[in-house]
Amino acid sequence: MTDLLARRLLFVTGKGGVGKTTVAAALGLLAAEQGKRTLVCEVEPKGDLSAAYECGPTPFKGREVGPGLTAMSMDTEASLREYLRLIARVPVVGRIGPVATAFDFVATAAPGIREILTVGKLCYEVRERHYDLVVVDASATGQVIGQLAAPSGINELVRVGLIRSQTDWMIEILADPAVTGAVIVTTPEEMPVSEAVDLAGRLGRETAVRLACVVANRVLPELFGHREEEVFERLCGRSEKAAVAKQLGVSVEAVSSVFAAARLAVTIRRDGAGHLEQLRAGIGEEVPLVYLPYLFGRAYGLRAIRQVAESLGEEL
Amino acid sequence: MSAPTAHDPAALEQLVAAKEVIVACGSGGVGKTTTAAALAAAVAARLGGRVLVLTVDPAKRLADALGLKGIGNEATRIPTSSFEAAGVKPKGELYAAMLDMSESWDALVRRHAPDARTAGQILANPLYRNISRRFSQGQDYIAMERLYELHEEGSYDLLVVDTPPSRNALDLLDAPARMQDFFSSRLLHWLTVPYRSRLVNLASKPFYQVADRVLGSQLLQDVADFFILFQTMREGFVARASAVDRLLHDLRTTFLLVTTLEAVPGREALEMKAALSERRLHLGLLVCNRVLPSTLTDPSSHEAAEALSAGAGELAELLSRQGAGELPADVTARVIEEVAGSFSNFRQVATRESELARELSSAHGVTVSVPYQPGHVADLSGLLQMGGTIWGEPGRSPRRRRS
Repeated sequence: MTDLLARRLLFVTGKGGVGKTTVAAALGLLAAEQGKRTLVCEVEPKGDLSAAYECGPTPFKGREVGPGLTAMSMDTEASLREYLRLIARVPVVGRIGPVATAFDFVATAAPGIREILTVGKLCYEVRERHYDLVVVDASATGQVIGQLAAPSGINELVRVGLIRSQTDWMIEILADPAVTGAVIVTTPEEMPVSEAVDLAGRLGRETAVRLACVVANRVLPELFGHREEEVFERLCGRSEKAAVAKQLGVSVEAVSSVFAAARLAVTIRRDGAGHLEQLRAGIGEEVPLVYLPYLFGRAYGLRAIRQVAESLGEEL
Repeated sequence: MSAPTAHDPAALEQLVAAKEVIVACGSGGVGKTTTAAALAAAVAARLGGRVLVLTVDPAKRLADALGLKGIGNEATRIPTSSFEAAGVKPKGELYAAMLDMSESWDALVRRHAPDARTAGQILANPLYRNISRRFSQGQDYIAMERLYELHEEGSYDLLVVDTPPSRNALDLLDAPARMQDFFSSRLLHWLTVPYRSRLVNLASKPFYQVADRVLGSQLLQDVADFFILFQTMREGFVARASAVDRLLHDLRTTFLLVTTLEAVPGREALEMKAALSERRLHLGLLVCNRVLPSTLTDPSSHEAAEALSAGAGELAELLSRQGAGELPADVTARVIEEVAGSFSNFRQVATRESELARELSSAHGVTVSVPYQPGHVADLSGLLQMGGTIWGEPGRSPRRRRS
């Protein structure tokens, strides 16, 4: 587990809304604090990463958001231009007109083109050792498999051409478990867990990338141990609640609401624990599983990212 | 959150009775599919008529609850006996169908291709399969297109359609327009022209030089072939897409926005709401799912929690003396502190959520809150109970089975 940040390329994925960006941003922060030159890349440029770091826009060329920490957003057109300039050495990039729109159509039709430009850029940063660690706020469950499988899959479609000749080194980086790992983020809820389990299976079957770790985000604290629970049940009795209300000088209804809220908390927690058991059973014993506490306060922005990074630091 | 379920059932009934199409939208994982199904079940049970719920990718349990066996565009009727087993005598009929993406695409190609031969060529093109399965805006379009078709058929009084989980929920709203843009694009034309003229002058165009070098000419040829074939369907597609768009804007159509009040889905719901109004689409119903109890934001409960926290030790001593050893003072004090602490934690969340609920529910039709319930809807009876809550039936909350 401690070697998670010793890898060079981490793809953070999971169902939408489970906190992928938060976890990716926190991993980046943690790595940078450990002295690693770190790049965090948002694959879908929705601005979530800049919201997480509370910085301005994070362009393709990168933006320094802290000591040793750079954030960027993927842009497949920019990636294509960079690729043409650096690798294909096409001199006329500036003059080939609206690459983006024409390219959009080709990329829509030909699977893997867009994906290869995304993964290719990330692998390139790893290969060139511009950074010690590249953390990817990757696409959600639906698309990430296509991205990770692109270098192998593209061989089927593109029989000749430069892209084809460029995939071998990418595959080498992606397939080395010491270099590259996937991190699946989930929450203790039904759909996120079942998607996480499904994704864990597909990663193994359809891509060369190994699952490095699963993060269960927003896990509620356990309120009571066994003895506490017995006492709690007794306190919920009518005469006990009445005694409490009388002693405190508040209404019985108000005391009941407070106790009911605790019961709801216990129920939600227990419900979640059931899903976490399914998660554990689904991903297997050998995959490290990290729990992150539910943040009752603001779950957004740099303060939340720091909190999550701290929890991750303790767990890793 | 506060001020939930108290909506006027008559307002919802009025809305549903006036509409023929309800499009459910919202981010993934908020219970969109279940809510769509529950609403359809409630309408079939209470209002009557023939109601169809068109789902896209239901969880297995929900598919089972609706009696859907495998994918297929065929609608299945949920038998009256299932309603009766759940203790409800339905006034109408409930049907369910699951959208089959590739079957719908194929049907669309057959309809719009100029002749059977061209249709066959398109269906056989290696890129076609990729397009029809992966093009996510295509999925949105297909859902809307299928909805249009069902509406045209006119066999149902109400269609409730669930929408595909999109990368961006707004894509759904623009899907018909985008389909038109796609065909009208000069670039599509430009891209296919040189191949139509048998690669004449190809070498003189820098774009092709580069594309050829990078992608290889075979792929480019495949792509061009595909687009040339696809172009033949242009007229049919464009006409159809604008008809679909008209249906979405029709007075008989309304949108159902489903969300939870968590930060991310909530923010997306706000964006969705703005986008609907910007496009002059009718948002008739907002369902807030898994809402925390309103007592969490009640000042008197807060006061009680504060008092519990402050007086935990003393209170525990007292209860311990009265409780004849059943309530050891140390454990009791700990429990009281935990209870008060937990209240204040959840109060924070509920307060945030109620602010979001307020923003969401301002200035539009009916808002419904469905309280948080552990477990999940497991069968028709669960759907009907949730439907009852949405319908505003007094005194019943959805009970769900635990798995």
